[in-house]
Amino acid sequence: MAEPVLRLERIRKAYYAGTPLETEVLHDIDLALEAGEFCALMGPSGSGKSTLLNVIGLLDRPTGGNLFIGGRETRGLDDKALTQLRGHSIGFVFQYHHLLPAFTALENVFMPMLVARGRPDAAMRRRAEELLASMGLTQWRDNLAVNMSGGQQQRVAVARALAMDPALVLADEPTGNLDTKSAQSVFDLLREVNRAHGTTVLLVTHNHSLAAQCGRIVELVDGRVVSDRRPAAAAVS
Amino acid sequence: MHSWLPVEWIVASRFLREGRMQTIAIVLGVSIGVGVIIFMSAMLAGLQANFIRRVLSAQAHVVLLPPQEVARPLRTEPGVAQATIVQKPYQRVRSIDQWQDIMRQVGAMGAVAAVSPMAAGPVLAVRGEATRAVTVMGVDPGRYFRIVPLPDKIVAGSARLAADDIVVGTELAADLGVTIGDKLRIAPATGAGATLSISGIVDLGSKGANQRNTFVALHTAQALLGLAGGVSSIDLTVRDVYAAEDVARVIAAATGVQADSWIKTNAQFFAAVHAQTIANVAIRFFVGLSVAFGIAAVLVVSVVQKSREIGILRAMGASQGRIMGVFLIEGAVLGLSGSLLGSALGTVALLAWQAYARNPDGSPMIPFTLSPQLFAAAAVLATLTGLAAAVAPALRGARLDPVVAIRG
Repeated sequence: MAEPVLRLERIRKAYYAGTPLETEVLHDIDLALEAGEFCALMGPSGSGKSTLLNVIGLLDRPTGGNLFIGGRETRGLDDKALTQLRGHSIGFVFQYHHLLPAFTALENVFMPMLVARGRPDAAMRRRAEELLASMGLTQWRDNLAVNMSGGQQQRVAVARALAMDPALVLADEPTGNLDTKSAQSVFDLLREVNRAHGTTVLLVTHNHSLAAQCGRIVELVDGRVVSDRRPAAAAVS
Repeated sequence: MHSWLPVEWIVASRFLREGRMQTIAIVLGVSIGVGVIIFMSAMLAGLQANFIRRVLSAQAHVVLLPPQEVARPLRTEPGVAQATIVQKPYQRVRSIDQWQDIMRQVGAMGAVAAVSPMAAGPVLAVRGEATRAVTVMGVDPGRYFRIVPLPDKIVAGSARLAADDIVVGTELAADLGVTIGDKLRIAPATGAGATLSISGIVDLGSKGANQRNTFVALHTAQALLGLAGGVSSIDLTVRDVYAAEDVARVIAAATGVQADSWIKTNAQFFAAVHAQTIANVAIRFFVGLSVAFGIAAVLVVSVVQKSREIGILRAMGASQGRIMGVFLIEGAVLGLSGSLLGSALGTVALLAWQAYARNPDGSPMIPFTLSPQLFAAAAVLATLTGLAAAVAPALRGARLDPVVAIRG
C-alpha cells in the first residue's frame, strides 16, 4: 500500500512546556489519512482541533511524536524546509477566509505560486484564472478581496488552497461563518476537488449534517481521538 | 500586478499603497528631513566657498619666506657654567637663498598650481608734503596675476607694471590725492628712491590693504629694496585650499625655507569655517537619525497591522526571508521616495532663497551651485537609512509565529 498522505505517530502538544504552567492539549495522537480521503475532524470547543490542524499544517511544532507528510519525516526539519514543504504540499482554508485584503481575487489565488517561485509568470496566471473559473468566480477576479461576500471570499480561499495542487487541504471550519446555502456550496466545492483531483481533505467542522457527508469522521475530545468511523451515508462516494 | 517584479516587491508595494495615509505622512516626513539637509548643505557649501574665495583672492595660499635669522651664542667650554643673554636679532629684508631653484622645485609639485616670486619691503610713498608708509610689492605680473588676479580688482587705469609703473590701493590714492598718470615718489629707508607713475588703482577688498599695498615690477622693487637679483618671498597657489598647510609642511621640510599657509595665517577664520562644517555634519546626522526613527516607527506599526497577512503568507509557504524582504523593501522605498521629494523641496527652497536674498547690486548674497553629487548622495544615504531603519521591524515581522499571527 502507498505511503499515506499524512501520518501522525504519538503526537503530543503541550503549551508552556517545561514550566510549572505546562498544559498538554494533545495526547499521543495516532492518525493516518490515505490519498483521496475526505475526513471530518469534530469535537467540542477546546478539544484541540485547531491545535492539531496547526501541527499538521506545519505552522506549529509538536512537543513529542512524529509527523509524516507524504512519507517525509518532519521532525528535525528547520523552518526553511518546513516552510517549503508547507508551501508545496499543504493548502489552507481558514475559518475567516483570510484573503489578503490589498489584493484582488485573482492575485490571492496567484499568491501561493508566486511565493513558491519568486516571480510571476504566464503559467501561474493561467492556473489562477482556471481555478477561479472552476469556482465560478471569473466575473469577480479583479475585485479586491474585501469587496466580496463571505461565500465568494471563501470560494476564493478554496481556489487559493488548490493553487499549488497540494496533496492535502486543511480546512479549519471553512463554513463556520456562512449561511446554510453558502456553507453547503463551499462544502460541495471541497468535495468536488476531492473527487476530481483525489486531493486529501481534512475538514474541521461543528456541522453534523456536513460531517455526515464526509467519508470519515474523527472525533477529538480533550486532546484524544475518541472515535474514528466511516458513516454509511458516505457510501455514496 | 507587474509581471517582472519579484514577490517581495509586489507585496511591499501593495502594502505601502494600502496604508496610504501612513505612507504619505512618512514620505513627507523623510522629504522634509532630506530637504533641510540639501538646503543646509548647499547653502553652507556656497557660503564657505564664498568666504574662502574672498579671503584667498587677495592672498597666496602659501608664502615661502627666508628662514628667520637667529642669534647663536658662542659655545662654552665643557664644565664652565656661563649665564648667557641672547638678544633676538632684527630681521632684515633678505633674499631667499637659491630662490630660483626652490621655485623650480616647488613649481614641479603636483599639489601646487602657481608660483610667483616677490620682492617686498617697507617704503615711504611721498607726494608733496604728504607721506605714507607703505609696502612695495615687486612682482612678475605674468606669474603673480595667476595667484592674485589684480586686473580683476582694478577700479581705475590698468594693471600694467612696466619699470616705472606703480599700482596703488584706493585708500592710498585718496589719502594722497593721486589718480592715474600722477607721479609718486617712493623712498626706501636706505638708498636711492624712485619716482613712479600710477598706472592703476586697485580695490583689494580691505581698507588696510588698500592703504598699505602697492605693486611695482619685480626689478623696480629689487632696486628700491637693495635686493639685486633676490626675492623676499615666493607665493604659491595650491590646488586644494584645505591642503595648504600640508603642502606648506612638505615644502618647509624639503627646502628649509619658512612656509606659511593661509590656514596658519588665518587661523581664526579657518577655525570658524571648520566649526561650521562640524555643526553641519552634526545637524545632518541628527536629522538623518530622526528620519530613521520615523521610518522605523511606521514600519513597526505596519508589522503589527499586517500581522495577519504575514501569517497568511507564511502559511502559504513564504519563508522568513521573504517576509523580511518585504519590510526591508518598504523601508528602502520610503527612504528613496522621501529623498527624491526632499531633493525637489530643497531645490525649490534654495532657488527661492537665491531669488530673494540678494545684494543691493542684484547679485545673489550667497552664490551656490546645486551639485548632482549632493542629490545622489542624499538618495543613496536616505535609501540606506530606510533599509537600516527597517531591519528591526522586518526581523520582528519575519519572526512572528504564524499561528498567533493568523489568529490575529
